[in-house]
Amino acid sequence: MNHASTESTRNLGARGLAYRRASAEAWERRRRPPSPALDGAGDRGLSRWALGVGWFSVGLGLGQLLAPRQLARLLGISDGPRTRRLIRALGIRELTAGVGLLSRRRPGRWLWARVAGDLVDLGLLGNLLRSRRTRGVRIGGALAAVAGVTVLDAWLGRRTGAATAAASEPRTVRRSITIGRPPAEVFGFWRDFQNLPRFLVHLESVQVQDPRRSRWRVRGPIGSTFEWNAEIVDERDNELIAWRSIGGSEVRNSGVVRFRPAPGGRGTEIHVEATYDPPAGAFGRLVALAAGEEPGQQIEGDLRRLKQVLETGEVIESDASIHRGRHPARPTVAPIVRKGAERS
Amino acid sequence: MKATCWNGKHKLRVEEVPDPHIINDGDAIVKITSTAICGSDLHLYNGLVPTMEKGDILGHEFMGEVVEVGKAVKKLRVGDRVVVPFPIACGACSMCKAQLYSLCENSNPNAWMAEKLWGHSPAGLFGYSHMLGGYSGGQAEYARVPFADVGPIKVPGELRDDQVLFLSDIFPTGYMGAEMCNIQPGQVIAVWGAGPVGQFAIASARLLGAERIIAIDRYAYRLRMARDHAGATHTINYQDVDVQEALADLTGGRGPDACIDAVGTEAHGVGVTYAYDRAKQALMLETDRPIALRQAITACRNGGIVSVVGVYGGFVDKFPMGAVMNRSLTIKSGQCHVQRYTRPLLERIERGEIDPSFVITHRLPLAQAPEAYAMFLAKEDNCEKVVLSA
Repeated sequence: MNHASTESTRNLGARGLAYRRASAEAWERRRRPPSPALDGAGDRGLSRWALGVGWFSVGLGLGQLLAPRQLARLLGISDGPRTRRLIRALGIRELTAGVGLLSRRRPGRWLWARVAGDLVDLGLLGNLLRSRRTRGVRIGGALAAVAGVTVLDAWLGRRTGAATAAASEPRTVRRSITIGRPPAEVFGFWRDFQNLPRFLVHLESVQVQDPRRSRWRVRGPIGSTFEWNAEIVDERDNELIAWRSIGGSEVRNSGVVRFRPAPGGRGTEIHVEATYDPPAGAFGRLVALAAGEEPGQQIEGDLRRLKQVLETGEVIESDASIHRGRHPARPTVAPIVRKGAERS
Repeated sequence: MKATCWNGKHKLRVEEVPDPHIINDGDAIVKITSTAICGSDLHLYNGLVPTMEKGDILGHEFMGEVVEVGKAVKKLRVGDRVVVPFPIACGACSMCKAQLYSLCENSNPNAWMAEKLWGHSPAGLFGYSHMLGGYSGGQAEYARVPFADVGPIKVPGELRDDQVLFLSDIFPTGYMGAEMCNIQPGQVIAVWGAGPVGQFAIASARLLGAERIIAIDRYAYRLRMARDHAGATHTINYQDVDVQEALADLTGGRGPDACIDAVGTEAHGVGVTYAYDRAKQALMLETDRPIALRQAITACRNGGIVSVVGVYGGFVDKFPMGAVMNRSLTIKSGQCHVQRYTRPLLERIERGEIDPSFVITHRLPLAQAPEAYAMFLAKEDNCEKVVLSA
């Protein structure tokens, strides 16, 4: 696996090394210069801070969960059942983040989760400050405390992120599917890039520049688009296509698609392995996940659509699936815009 | 058009929605003449099926007249009278070629949702949640039917809607339940649930040559229908007698050769286990109440078959795996591969071997769908099967 946390222990395969070399330049450009505080022993200091915040989270969470009434009184606000329920819910959130941090796995993610939670708290307290029924001094004090914690969380989150490079570490996804057609047909269909928009729904366009090079434009989460230049680095008829992004690319990525005969005359197994640099780092990944556009799922959906096209002749849509996002299973007033047709 | 829309637990409305259009080239649009409420629709009505959205059109048992076809449709023409199977199947994938139509690999655009819950995805279904495709259902005036050359079966004009409508689901489902029992001459088959699917499982067991067929339910009117119309030779009301003892009595202590669970996830029962399962389901510690299934497994004779056609959604508790393993039981199950059965079962109807309309107790206009659901759920007025007409 190439997710190991330090450079020295990374065990990259030959392909991984080629990938690293190919993109080292862009990598260095994007990477922030390391902060002096993080060199050497700095890492350990940082994780101690993160653990401290974890214990703080657990303590506060338990307090909110077990003594919401006392906490409400401390803040000088109503301690009615609705307030108590809200405080308990916030307590569960605190506990979750706390336990997450104490588990020492991906502390950056939990720290940023805490930042999001802090912002919610600031919003809630801000609203209370405007209310006339509360005591401004106590709320103001709480606001100041939460603001301080927010700054600490964000600072730690940023440092932790830079230290483990979790935010910009390349991710690899693998997906496969079996299609009831011979490898030559499946390979031929895929290799003709004109066919790709028929099943890659996030693909806006591919411009083929020469037999090896092409320019790709892909729709990202929330209306964004990403472009890259791809180069085919290996190709074997009816077996595999491997690519990587080259200069002038917004998203670094590389990968290989393998075509294998499925046992028992069941057609072709397609195995896709793609490594990519998450757009906008960890935050972008979270956003994509929330929008249901996480890359692994995207690739799986694309493979399913390819299977549909090759086995039935077209991409199958339901009354709900033709819409981007959630939509009840009911017809829409015509004309219906097919997901696959939007870009033609 | 008017359509029955789900708006939450026990909240249905017949709403005005846009008419359906051809989306895929293999689609047909069907003007619905008759449509029915299925027992499995009650799981949706009771809010037990995840991935429903407010506004979803319900219904997966329907028939009508073809009013429009997509440009790739070859076998159907405008004006054809058709019954539509509830699973949507492409006819081209490996599962469809193996006649396992309810496992079609291409018809569920939301396969990833089903994979999260079940590991792999089955076929898309009409009007049965987004995890199973997000397709509009057929309790409406019109429906869009994908893969029109694969699913819909043309029916002759001499047969009334009432006689052929149930080819869409409950007759083939009951038939598959009986077929999975691999019935041999002289065998005894026990059927849990004398709802519509149970009635057809009983009727099919009779068609397939079972010697004794035992119906198990708690409603006298349903047991009466099973005996008088479906062909049950014995009935057991589980509220009056102990099912295990009664079955042992009726089989010389052996137990039934095969047991059919035509109840599924919302089983009722008596005593402590029922209370236990109700409580666990309410607390979301289990998603299904397998009371009928547990009984079927325990009652089945050594080396027998347990055939499950009642619908389950997720996870069951206190599953008697020890009985299954130590007594060499075989469990067979599945959403019905309806497309496999429509032709042979239509022929049985044409030959007069069975008239499926015997299950119908109520006919109502589509506009009264919400009242019909409430009546069916409460088993008011001896309700067995409701047919709605547009």
